[in-house]
Amino acid sequence: MSAPLLSVRDLAVTFDVQKRGAWPWTPPMKLHAVGGVSFDLAPGECLGVVGESGSGKSTLARAIIGTVPSSVGKIVFEGRDLASLDEEARRVHRKDVQMIFQDPLAALNPRMTVADIIAEPLITHFPATPKAEARAKVAELMERVGLLPNLMNRYPHEFSGGQCQRIGIARALILKPKLLLCDEPVSALDVSVRAQVVNLLKELQRDLGLSMIFIAHDLSVVKHISDRIVVMYLGRLMEQASARTLTTRPRHPYTQALISSVPIPDPVLEKARVRPIIEGELPSPLNPPSGCVFRTRCPKVQPSCATTRPEITDLGQGHLVACPFHAEQPAFATA
Amino acid sequence: MLLEVQDLKVTFSTGDGPVNAVNGVSFGIDTGQTLAIVGESGSGKSQTAYAAMGLLARNGTATGNVRFDGRDLLHLSQNDLNKVRSQEIAMIFQDPMTSLNPYMRISEQMAEVLTLHKGMSKRDAVSEAVKMLDAVRIPDARARITMYPHEFSGGMRQRIMIAMALLCRPRLIIADEPTTALDVTVQAQIMQLLGDIRRDFGTAIVLITHDLGVVAGFCDRTMVMYGGQVMEEGTTEDVFARPVHPYTVGLLKAVPRLDREDDELQTIAGEPPDMSRLPAGCPFSPRCSIAKPRCEGTRPALVHLSDVTGHARRRACHAELSEVA
Repeated sequence: MSAPLLSVRDLAVTFDVQKRGAWPWTPPMKLHAVGGVSFDLAPGECLGVVGESGSGKSTLARAIIGTVPSSVGKIVFEGRDLASLDEEARRVHRKDVQMIFQDPLAALNPRMTVADIIAEPLITHFPATPKAEARAKVAELMERVGLLPNLMNRYPHEFSGGQCQRIGIARALILKPKLLLCDEPVSALDVSVRAQVVNLLKELQRDLGLSMIFIAHDLSVVKHISDRIVVMYLGRLMEQASARTLTTRPRHPYTQALISSVPIPDPVLEKARVRPIIEGELPSPLNPPSGCVFRTRCPKVQPSCATTRPEITDLGQGHLVACPFHAEQPAFATA
Repeated sequence: MLLEVQDLKVTFSTGDGPVNAVNGVSFGIDTGQTLAIVGESGSGKSQTAYAAMGLLARNGTATGNVRFDGRDLLHLSQNDLNKVRSQEIAMIFQDPMTSLNPYMRISEQMAEVLTLHKGMSKRDAVSEAVKMLDAVRIPDARARITMYPHEFSGGMRQRIMIAMALLCRPRLIIADEPTTALDVTVQAQIMQLLGDIRRDFGTAIVLITHDLGVVAGFCDRTMVMYGGQVMEEGTTEDVFARPVHPYTVGLLKAVPRLDREDDELQTIAGEPPDMSRLPAGCPFSPRCSIAKPRCEGTRPALVHLSDVTGHARRRACHAELSEVA
């Protein structure tokens, strides 16, 4: 593998949460949103991050883009540690990393025209850009993402959800970023439109040589678009492998449970499937379980899981699993 | 037929003129059956159910025929309709937090149903409610029943909603996107629970959803809606294995599957329809790859197919069966 574009080492993000009704001088509780996450992202690669709500996947994205108040660990982008950057260098970094959000309409300013929205990053970072040049760039990008350039003077509410997401993508691309962070970019879209946006992102990634981090809760979509997948649970990395390995030969009990919970649109297969359904729900990140965070729901839990935090085992070919009792299990067992 | 809907139409009067959300939908469901109503946002799937239950917003009007066990639901008095809605048909909504009263303890909310409709004493009602919470597998139900909705997680709240829906032993449950707000592991738990309820209580279930995966594992029959109309209907196996409408074909190909290596997702071109400006013909015709001039002008009727499998099957499409694949 060539030198990674982005490498994250032992990243931990905590938020201060004030208890309701607490005295002002009571020390706040610590919410551990992300703990000890490490991964590398190669240039031109798409890394999928999967997890249920509260797994810390969005916080991870915000840490990379530099909008969380406090984090420990190292985020190295193109050889430079983000923590060591001053304000000015940070601005340059932000230009290289752009983001697409979940709710396409909420992410666009309703009082700005589409042209202004898409051009805004360009004007912010290069205020001297001539107006005509900015408009030409907007038109070119709109065409690139499948929008008619003659709609550039309209407002966001005049577009459908899928079109708004395309506007968001165009805005993210205008600075020619090296890394695109997509936080649940298709979850709010209908099935038929979702496929359009997924295909567009895939195509853009391939054509522009973009590196991408694709965050979603839907493993089917993530598998479709990603080269490699990271599975997170309660802020911790559970398993990391190539998309194919992860979905066909998962080793971590959580990944296995996640896959067996995903319904497949095939009635014959679906009714024959043997699915061990895991009980319970995600514990509170304010008070995470000791040892392995998944142990409260794990079907293979052992006494030692409560006392020791599992080491990450390297199974070769970049397949990492954070469980000492990992074992292969067919992803789609049928009776 | 337990519930029979014929030629149901729903119109909303808005500032921009009338919006026809549902345009002549017909279907039926038998005792103990499960029917999926599948569609994207704006397809009219939820409004179909709301109209049948008399729950339309104030600017909406429903016409047509909705028969539940022989009674015409659209023309019942408010009192009689309340009786049907409370005791014979129950509804589960997408967001359990907004359907539970945040100011009331779970015990009061659940007991209210029974004291009001079954005339039970408060004590009996609460103990019946505890039994029902046990049935939906809420651990330590007796102690937790005195808690408030916000003290439960999303999945637990949805279990409470289901328990509440079951209190009067309804014969039909209408579940409107019951798992959309939940995580996938919790979704699997809730769908399994609904399956157990259907088996143990013999309740018929109408499942309204956009998720084809959930439908595949749960429903006997599937009805696909688009633009307020039924595109096709048949047994779930038939609809998934041999779709007979171009929309269903496109929809099934647009879903990425976890169990398959698929390179490129096939997409349906264009955007979902604007319900206030529906085409005169088939609502799907602007996005249909095999649309002909006739499709834009005349609306295809929903006709029964003589299918090779011998299962009842309907579809609304002008194209020959051989063209749809």
